[in-house]
Amino acid sequence: MQENERIEIDLFLEAIFRRYGYDFRHYARASVRRRLERLMMRSGAASIVELIPLVLHDELFAQTAIYEFSITVTEMFRDPDFYSAVRSKVLPYLATYPFMRIWIAGCATGEEVYSLAIILQEEGVYDRTTFFATDFNDQALQQAQDGIYPLNSIRDYTPNYQLAGGRNSFADYYHAGYQSAVMDPGLKAHITFANHNLVTDGVFGEMHLILCRNVLIYFDKELKNRVLHLLHDSLVYGGFLCLGTRESLQFTEVQEAFKPFDIKQRVYQKQNR
Amino acid sequence: MSDGYRAVIIGTSAGGTAALKVLLPLLPAGYPLPVIVVQHLHPLQNGAGMLQFKYSCYLPLAVAEDKGVIKAGYVFFAPPNYHLLFEDASTFALSVDEKVNFARPSIDVSFKSAVAVFGAGLIGVILTGGNRDGAQGLQCIHARGGLTVVQDPKTAESPYMPRAALERIPADHVLSLNDIGRLLAALPETEINAE
Repeated sequence: MQENERIEIDLFLEAIFRRYGYDFRHYARASVRRRLERLMMRSGAASIVELIPLVLHDELFAQTAIYEFSITVTEMFRDPDFYSAVRSKVLPYLATYPFMRIWIAGCATGEEVYSLAIILQEEGVYDRTTFFATDFNDQALQQAQDGIYPLNSIRDYTPNYQLAGGRNSFADYYHAGYQSAVMDPGLKAHITFANHNLVTDGVFGEMHLILCRNVLIYFDKELKNRVLHLLHDSLVYGGFLCLGTRESLQFTEVQEAFKPFDIKQRVYQKQNR
Repeated sequence: MSDGYRAVIIGTSAGGTAALKVLLPLLPAGYPLPVIVVQHLHPLQNGAGMLQFKYSCYLPLAVAEDKGVIKAGYVFFAPPNYHLLFEDASTFALSVDEKVNFARPSIDVSFKSAVAVFGAGLIGVILTGGNRDGAQGLQCIHARGGLTVVQDPKTAESPYMPRAALERIPADHVLSLNDIGRLLAALPETEINAE
């Protein structure tokens, strides 16, 4: 039974890859299973194999399936302690550079990008920073670029902003409309939003800080290692890599190439050769 | 039935901390199965709730990590603000997908993912709680031939969650916390004797 399921999942992912070029074959099976369940529910398919003709012949359904596989749930100032650590430990170090390049890899709808931009503004280093916010989901990327969020979720982020050591009122950073909030355009001035697929695309610049939080949890061990090499190769020596608070470099191929900088917040620093 | 029990998964919400304080110390040192706890907690309570059990338990406690190894004889807690999933029978996986039943971690999500890898070897336990999360998950465990245990609603600080589970399936065992502890402690042994 479990062997059959594995074969069905393999075939489905192979079909998407060969037909559309999106490679989910090394995504973590635990999450893939959930997504396929949802697709089955939505389409009325009774099994995973029944999804295969749908995804091959119905491009609209395929688009839905591909978006279903991209992660679009983020929050502003998720894990406030992490942002405090960036503010008080990482930025003082990076501020010694004449300029900074920051990559938010897998930015989804952009909440993390704006959170970080706010911190950099408050620490007075925004003007010499360039942000690259990337995702492979164009829909999410467009939302990130628009910087418009539901007002009630923005209000939920306010306590987190304060816990992250916010120096102002969070309301200073958005313009509240009837039901939605528009992020201050000034935050966007140095952000480049671009499509980049961690699975298939390569290094595109030399970064001082990379945030890739709660992205690698969706990959299997092999793909996680491959992407970690990509992130490693994209960092200057002494540059920082930040993971989610429940993921780590332990037992990965790049473990030796980084040293823990703030182990609790999962901030790692690239070692000199 | 199965080739034996492979894991215990416990879901709880309101009143859960007090219930676990009674239940977890009843599990003996060297317990032969992994015990996984999915409890609704505030997102910022990063593992702090776990410390309350530290000195009364025979088993070592840990917060589950992404791609962390699932080990017998440990009590693993789902980290707040993540869904806890199972990549295979020896590996955890996490997700930050949207909340289910207003909860992350959601008990339904974890139970369904666990039964996909442990099959009939899974023991599912629902304790006190104030919403319906877990009922559907326990039904999945039941459907796959796993063992289902529900805290007797009469003894639960918040009976809503056990009741919601019992509305869906007739659980194999409906017991007080102390009796659940004794049952779990004895189950792996009875299994070995039976073989």
